[in-house]
Formats: sequence, C-alpha cells, structure tokens
Amino acid sequence: MTVIEARFAKADACLGGAVEMIHGSGGRATAELVRNLFHRHLGNAFLAQGNDQAAFDIGAGRLVMTTDAHVIAPLFFPGGDIGSLAVHGTINDVAMAGARPLYLSAAFVLEEGFPLADLDRIVASMARASREAGVPVVTGDTKVVEKGKGDGVFITTTGIGLVPEGVHISGDRACPGDAILVSGTLGDHGIAVLSKRENLSFETEIVSDSAALHGLVADMVAAVPTIHCLRDPTRGGLGSTLNEIAQQSRVGMRLAESAIPFKPDVVAACELLGLDPLYIANEGKLTAICEKGDAGRLLAAMRAHPLGRDAAIIGEVVADVHAFVQMQTRFGGNRMVDWLLGDPLPRIC
Amino acid sequence: MKYVDEFRDRQLAEGLAKAIRHEANTRRSYNVMEFCGGHTHAIFRYGVQDLMPKNVSYVHGPGCPVCVLPIGRIDHALELSEQHGVTLCSYGDMLRVPASKRRSLLKAKADGADIRMVYSIDDALKIARQNPSREVVFFAIGFETTTPPTAVAIRKAQAEGLKNFSVFCNHVLTPAALKAILGNAEESGSVSIDAFLGPSHVSSVIGSKPYEYFADKYKRPVVIAGFEPLDVMQATLMAIRQLNEGRHVVENQYVRVVTRDGNVKAQTLVAEVLELRSSFEWRGLGEVPSSALRIREAYADFDAEKRFGVTTKPSRDAKSCECPSILRGEKKPTDCKLFGTVCTPDNPIGSCMVSSEGACAAYWTYGRFRQPSSPLEAA
Repeated sequence: MTVIEARFAKADACLGGAVEMIHGSGGRATAELVRNLFHRHLGNAFLAQGNDQAAFDIGAGRLVMTTDAHVIAPLFFPGGDIGSLAVHGTINDVAMAGARPLYLSAAFVLEEGFPLADLDRIVASMARASREAGVPVVTGDTKVVEKGKGDGVFITTTGIGLVPEGVHISGDRACPGDAILVSGTLGDHGIAVLSKRENLSFETEIVSDSAALHGLVADMVAAVPTIHCLRDPTRGGLGSTLNEIAQQSRVGMRLAESAIPFKPDVVAACELLGLDPLYIANEGKLTAICEKGDAGRLLAAMRAHPLGRDAAIIGEVVADVHAFVQMQTRFGGNRMVDWLLGDPLPRIC
Repeated sequence: MKYVDEFRDRQLAEGLAKAIRHEANTRRSYNVMEFCGGHTHAIFRYGVQDLMPKNVSYVHGPGCPVCVLPIGRIDHALELSEQHGVTLCSYGDMLRVPASKRRSLLKAKADGADIRMVYSIDDALKIARQNPSREVVFFAIGFETTTPPTAVAIRKAQAEGLKNFSVFCNHVLTPAALKAILGNAEESGSVSIDAFLGPSHVSSVIGSKPYEYFADKYKRPVVIAGFEPLDVMQATLMAIRQLNEGRHVVENQYVRVVTRDGNVKAQTLVAEVLELRSSFEWRGLGEVPSSALRIREAYADFDAEKRFGVTTKPSRDAKSCECPSILRGEKKPTDCKLFGTVCTPDNPIGSCMVSSEGACAAYWTYGRFRQPSSPLEAA
C-alpha cells in the first residue's frame, strides 16, 4: 500500500464519514470504498481478482438463478438487518427450487450522506450471513444517488444454484390430496420489523426469523425427493403464498387454523394492530407441499433440523376450479384466506 | 393468548349454537342487525353465520366510520392537502377511499401531497411538534370511541401552545344513526330488522342508557355485544329470547366493559371540547340531524375547517353503487351489480369495499363463493 493509499484507507476505515457522490464516481474513491469496506468484509478469491465479473466452473445439472431487490425500513431490526436479509432472501429463493446455492452477487445503491459506519455494519452482517451459509458473494457493484433520491441503502442480490438430479419442485405441481406443511411459527419477521417502526414502536421480545433455509431444504429433499412445491412466504405472508401456488396449480386448499403455528407474542401484536398474522412477512420459514403419503416422513425430516423444529402439517390441497384457499377457523366456522389486499402497512421487506 | 382465546372457544361456541338452534322458533325468521363493522368482521372472520340455523341471519349495519363518511368530506381532506399544502395525517383505511373524480388520498400522496398514515392522533401531535414549520392536520373520523382521544389531543395542543396543529373533525354519533335507520325502516317498510346488536366500544364510552329510548319507541330489542365471536353469539341468543318472549329492552351482554352510564370522565372531556352539529351528511343515510360533532369556539384555533376555510362542494356517490342501501341494511353486498365485478378491494368503487370493516369487503375477503363446509381430515 502506498502512502497515499494508506491515507485513504485510514480515512475510510475510521468510518466517521458518510457516503459522498464521489464514492460512486468510478474513480479512486470508489475503488477505495470497494477495497476497504466491501472486500475487507466479503473478501474471497473471486473478489480478490478485482475483475468486473466472476468466472467459475459448475458441475453438471440444472442451474437455477434468482434475483431480489431489498428495500426495508428500518435498515436494522431485532434479529437482523438489510445485509443479512439480502443474503438470506436470495439463498432462500434459490433453495425453494430444491437447489444447492453456489454463488451470490450484490449490487448496492447508496444514498449520499449515508453514514459509512452503518454501511460497514451492514456489509459485515452480510459477510457473516454469507460465511455461515457457505455461499460467497463473488461479484458486485456500487452506485451512489443524490441525497433524497434513495432511502439509505438498497441492496440487490442475485444467486445461482444447482438442482440435484431427480428433483422437480415448482409452484404449479400441487395436486388434490397433497399435504401442506410449514416449517415453523409465522409472522415473526414482519412483527419484529413493525415493532421498530418510527411511528409504531412497541415493546416485544419477537426477533426476525431471517435465516438461510438451504440446509433445511437439503434435508427435506433427501427425505422426500418428490416434494411438489416449496416456497418461502415472505411479503404477503402465508396467505398470499398459498394463493400464488393455488393459482399456479389450479387447485384449492383447505387449512386448519388450529394447526398453524404462531408465537403468542405475534398473535398479541396482531390483535393490537388489527392485522391478520397469515399476511405477515417471514424471512426464515417455508411452506412445502407433497404427496399425502410422504407428509409424515417430510415432517419428521423438518422437525429434526433446527430451523424446522416447529414444523406442522396445516392442511390439504383440494380440487377447486376457483383456486380458493379456505380455512376452518379455530372457532368451528369457515372462511376464505384471500390474497393480501392492497398494502395496509408501510413496506417491511 | 390470555383474555382473548377464552372468547373464541370452540366448545362454548358449539354450546351456544346448540342453544340458539333449540330456542329459535322455526316458524319465524330472526333478522338481527349488528351495528358495528367490528361485529361484521368477527362474524365473517370466525364463520359465525355457519353456526347459525337458517332462520337466523345477520343484517350488516352502518357502524363503520370509513364507510359512512360522505365523499364530500374526503374531497375536503384532499383540498386541505393539495390546495393548502398541509401535512395531512390519516388512518390507513381512509387513504384508499375513492373521492370524487376517482381521486383518493393515496393518489394525492403519489402526486406529491404530504399525507402520512398514523395509528393514533398522538402520532399526528408528534409530527406537529417535530415539524414546527409545517401545518399538520389530523383527519379525525369515528364514532364515540375515537372522540375522547381527539378531545384530549386538542386540549394537549392548546396547553402546549402548539400553533401548527389542527383537526379536521368528522366525528359522528351512534344513537343518531340508529334513529335514522329505524325511522327509515318504519317509513318505507323496506327493511325488516327484528333486533339490534348494539355497539361495544362505543357503548363503553356512552353507556347503555342512550339506547333505551329506541328500544322502547321502536319496539326492538337492543343487546349491546362485544366484538369477540362468542360475544356476538351470546348476544344473538339474548336477542332471540327477547323476541320469543315479546320483550324489547336494552340488554347488556358486554358487561365486562359497558355500564349503564358509560365513561363519564370521557363524556365530560368530549363535551368540553366538542359540540353537536345541527346536521351532518352520512353516506347511505343522507342528512341526519344532530348526528355529528364539531370543535367548540373556545378551541377554534385547532379547527382545520375554520383555519383553512375549506370550500369544496359535496358531490354524489358513484352511480349504481349500492353502498347507501347496504349501509341502511336494505340490501346485501351480493345484491349490488358492481360487487366483485368492477368493485373489489383492489379497485373499490364504494366505501363499504374499502374499509376492512365494511360489509362488502368482509363478504369479498371471507365469504365469496363459499362451498358447503366439509370436515377437514386430521391435520
């Protein structure tokens, strides 16, 4: 490192400053930010090459690819932040094809004036999530927008992964008679984020469930390779996700409210705010649909994994030309579980 | 969850359903109007109607504050935010209600108006304190339940000398609405309401006394009912018993909260800050005398209507939208040609489709194309 470089490095490393337009100019300041902040945390052999792309070999098989833009307020919430979320969200989208995630890319849109110390925290958290998941970020990009034209930081991550032989998981494969499962309690992420909203702060012990689910999925696929559908109920919650699958597969669903796992704190917060926990976002849960005869084996595999301890069978797929999701209420009556309508809440993921 | 699950207990529900089946006279029908959107919501969300015999049905009342607000008042709110450039604080439900020319607060927000969604008037006060250079207006709506917080906020603002805060007051009164519905029903004979489930939270403020006059004059039982599904079922049973015995008095099912005199302290506070309007327009009911509140002269500084002199003229509801008849209990949402075709919660034409407490939204969200219930396999 030259003396001048060292001075820049020191200036950035002290992190007392903020993002400036010059950080996005493509000049030296950009290079310094990339090296001293992004590479410092995310560093690996691919990034160290300093190219605008990553080159790698992949094994034979079907490749899956997904991309996800992450915008969230607040950026830091109980149980995670936009950095860990950007890693988990994309890994999960890859994993929901039954695939083993291989590599990630990350693009940052930074707002002028955003504190470098916060950016450092976010990238460090991203690096931790990526290390823990064993899925490296191998290429990336950074842009800076003028103050007032962004919301601190937006992160877009893209992921690729490989699907094992014989696995065909897709949202259009649900069949009448299939069982519907979830991997654990629902709504934790959305309520954790809401609890820290500026205009809505309330005391709760709930933390986000943000987690990478590919390990759980690998165990599930090993136990039941013929799983029909997998999806992570993020925005819109379980209610919207099941409606998506019902539409794709042209089937109906019947759920039993009493079988769906919720944390009492989440239910209490929803009572208070007038929300339905079925529509609250999750970042570390999945719903699975498989043949009824395989459901017991799949449930056992899920419960044996730390991220599936509270897994449950919550209903069944039925023939229905309307593709309606209906639910027998705990009370003994019946109701529709419709798509989430409009957006009654400020964005949460 | 403690103190909630107890009121949603399935076995108790089955017991009540059995009692209702046993006591309801099969030779007659029982049309029970649940006054509040909260009741409507509970009936649909928990599937209460499924547990009732065929001759007991619910008629959905006007107790949804968003639904009864006429379009003209929303036009006023739009005018405040667009022409007077204020920061308008509103409950989320209000944002999507269509005003005239298919405008809404949400559309105005997208066009750059400063409109904030808040969860209480306290949040609006906070925004006013934090932005002393902005005029902050709270779009106050609601029945007697939300009125005391408005009175408290206005008093607070005055005590603090807050110069940039005012309230666009649209508070309406339950007894006046009941009277209008019963009066209409008597005149036109178009609706047969046998009994009422009276408001729960509203009654915690005003007490059960104000309904005694109606029960007596119009000879209809009024049973004040809580918002939990078991409350609704028990109150329904109480109403059926009154009808069977030929009685028509005010009974209170919601004894854990409601007293005969209500919350006197809250009533005093409201009376200090707010006063009766001689008349107010309701969607569905038209002009109803003495049915709403305005801010007293002593607090005129906090009255957005006076401060900004809003001038927009009220306009008419969308043609062929049946919200007015639905709010009067004369029609069901499915009787409306627009229901589920052009009017859905994603693209609401009438106010009953916007608020989650509106009858149309409840029908759409929970009840459409319902198939006969079949027992779930062990799940």
